[in-house]
Amino acid sequence: MAVTAEERPKKRLSEAAPGVERSEAKAVNAAEVRSLYAVREKVYPKRAYGKFRSLKWGVMAVTLGIYYLLPWLRWDRGEHLSNQAVLIDFPNRRFFFFFLEIWPQEFYFITGLLVISALALFLATALAGRVWCGYTCPQTVWTDLMIAVERFWQGDRNARMRLDKAPWGFEKIWRKGGTHLSWLLVSISTGGAFVFFFRDAPTLLGEFMRFEAPPIAYIFLAIFTATTYLLGGIAREQVCTFMCPWPRIQGAMFDQHSLLVSYRDWRGEQRGPHKKDESWEGRGDCIDCKQCIAVCPAGIDIRDGGQLECIQCALCIDACNSIMDKIDRPRGLIAYDTIDNLEATTKGKTSPVRLLRPRILLYTAMIVLVGLIMLVALWNRTILEVNVLRDRNPLYVALSDGSIRNGYTIKILNKRHEARAFRVGTKGLLGATLRIVGFEKDADPTITVVPDDLRALRIYVTLPEAALQKLKDGVSEFDFIVTDLGDTSTVRNDTTFRSPAR
Amino acid sequence: MAKPEIDQITGVETTDHEWDGIKELNNPLPRWWLWVLYVSIIWSIGYWIVMPAWPLISSHTKGVIGYSQRAVVARSLEQAKQAQSVYMEKIAAADPAAIKADPELLRFALAGGEAAYGDNCAPCHGRGAQGSKGYPNLNDDDWLWGGKLEDIHQTLKVGIRSTHEDTRVNPMPAFGRDEILEPAQISDVAEFVLSISGGESIDEAAMRGKAIFAEQCAACHGEEGKGNMELGAPNLVDRIWLYGGDKTAITQTIRNSRAGVMPKWEGRLSSETLKQLTVYVHSLGGGQ
Repeated sequence: MAVTAEERPKKRLSEAAPGVERSEAKAVNAAEVRSLYAVREKVYPKRAYGKFRSLKWGVMAVTLGIYYLLPWLRWDRGEHLSNQAVLIDFPNRRFFFFFLEIWPQEFYFITGLLVISALALFLATALAGRVWCGYTCPQTVWTDLMIAVERFWQGDRNARMRLDKAPWGFEKIWRKGGTHLSWLLVSISTGGAFVFFFRDAPTLLGEFMRFEAPPIAYIFLAIFTATTYLLGGIAREQVCTFMCPWPRIQGAMFDQHSLLVSYRDWRGEQRGPHKKDESWEGRGDCIDCKQCIAVCPAGIDIRDGGQLECIQCALCIDACNSIMDKIDRPRGLIAYDTIDNLEATTKGKTSPVRLLRPRILLYTAMIVLVGLIMLVALWNRTILEVNVLRDRNPLYVALSDGSIRNGYTIKILNKRHEARAFRVGTKGLLGATLRIVGFEKDADPTITVVPDDLRALRIYVTLPEAALQKLKDGVSEFDFIVTDLGDTSTVRNDTTFRSPAR
Repeated sequence: MAKPEIDQITGVETTDHEWDGIKELNNPLPRWWLWVLYVSIIWSIGYWIVMPAWPLISSHTKGVIGYSQRAVVARSLEQAKQAQSVYMEKIAAADPAAIKADPELLRFALAGGEAAYGDNCAPCHGRGAQGSKGYPNLNDDDWLWGGKLEDIHQTLKVGIRSTHEDTRVNPMPAFGRDEILEPAQISDVAEFVLSISGGESIDEAAMRGKAIFAEQCAACHGEEGKGNMELGAPNLVDRIWLYGGDKTAITQTIRNSRAGVMPKWEGRLSSETLKQLTVYVHSLGGGQ
């Protein structure tokens, strides 16, 4: 490779400061080696210790726990329906979420949820940069898990680098083999957890064991196993750098008041190795130990400033803080800081974090607004829905006594988990007679709809000739009224009656 | 050929193609891409052997597993028929009234009837069975030959003025063309028919027409003009006209008669299909 890198000091320093190991780590995207094409340089993230690392373990446990265990939660819905708490039931076109049961025509709830998610992402980004990427993105979480597995089999950074350079032998084979086998196990359970959201989990697990599961289940198991293995185990940071569009978008979403993982160069420079008993006067706190690069899962150098590759996982903060403790300097050489404050401190001032910024307020207001709309919609959600389709061919039928008949198809959706009885009537159409196909003429039949289902009715509405005289332009609007005989609640649905214009 | 030029910056040879000073580099194909190509070639060889592939003069190579899309279609048609056979057997054994009484069978018959209607009946009677001039509307409550299930079934089987030996025929004399009545008499009868069906008429002419009607028309259409379904004689007092209810149309009908034709469907459609059609037409809103 035509690298025009400046020559590194020949002399290898093993210590950055007394008692501090110095890593020979180099940022893979260092400005001087950037070209339009680059072979991937493998990143060997070192284990970090500190509060952000602990926080990330916690987030991983919670998010993966939810993902793996949620399908196994039960929720009693009576004998007719699945008792899985969260289930996306495609064959029956139902989405179950605890107390909620969403029908396809209520997909706007999902839309609303997605809108809130997007706005929450914007808000989080405006507040603290790529916190989503750094802590909760599935790519980050699974990569973190895969790296932990790798560390279990192959040891930490230096051991892994040694192992990669070592010739193939028994030890390398079992260490590498164990890693990949464990990755595959993680991946299979990931894919498995995915398909469990779409079919009753205990049933499906049994089917998997007996090799009787539907082919689509195996296909999605394979797809998710492959993607988890490839993206989390093999591709890792490349997904964030090259595949994901979000970093490009997020770069436009934070501003000089967002809290970002930053290297405080006003404090760190001039950087350089610190010798024992050397004064800290006239030099920076950065001892160039490169621990921040060694722990970085993206393999970059935070000291180069904000970068596209940086997922803001804050592990460099942990790494640097533990070094600062060791050399007895104050923590926070790398810390969450705003660009505004970084500039201010360079000039000897401070700029406090401003939370009440227009974009924060706007995002919050929008989240509250969409949330309220959703709540209102949810609160007023009908568990009875009526759709009316009027016949268009023919628009109307002239009968032998001169009256006009219109045909309608009425669909009654019973979203309750019990059978319900209804009565159908009209309002606003004087003199109309109603006939429901399948029932006796002039009857006022009780229509029963079985639990969690819909029933379609053919209904003929007839207007006698005398009543038609009032319909000058041949159109009259009226309502169908469907009354629930159980609680006497009604649903009205407007439609039109058509006759030849007079 | 001249020695290939080497690009100074990359050290890769160029293809000598140049656009606006930019030269195309002759980089080798990516290795993964090449491997996909090779695997595809190997796959295609296997595919030729296993699946139908090469066109021959009158046929094609069949492949070792003998796959054929036509066979697949035939098989799925056979399966569909098999799946329907339960219902079809029931329909074969039942009469239309029994089909109507069985909700499950009715649902099946209506679906089949609708499809058969679209294929066979819609060209004349319209997709919505609304009919048109000369082609009866099947939605309304006015029937020439009766609107009961067995009437509809019979009409479907034998047709009207068809080639069936039991075909339904409702001949009406062409009173004008055959010079049975004078034009003035025809006009009077038309006035009378208008008067009994709620249209506007000249009383004097209608009175004259009443006598002629009683003499010439009442035999089939009845004394009061209410028609006779046994004979297929239309009801003249209702508000539905197959060929139009104004003076001109009525006069024309009396003068030249009308002779609508419907083909027989027995022999063209299976008896099961005919029964399905019967319940479908009966369900359109006018069934009696």
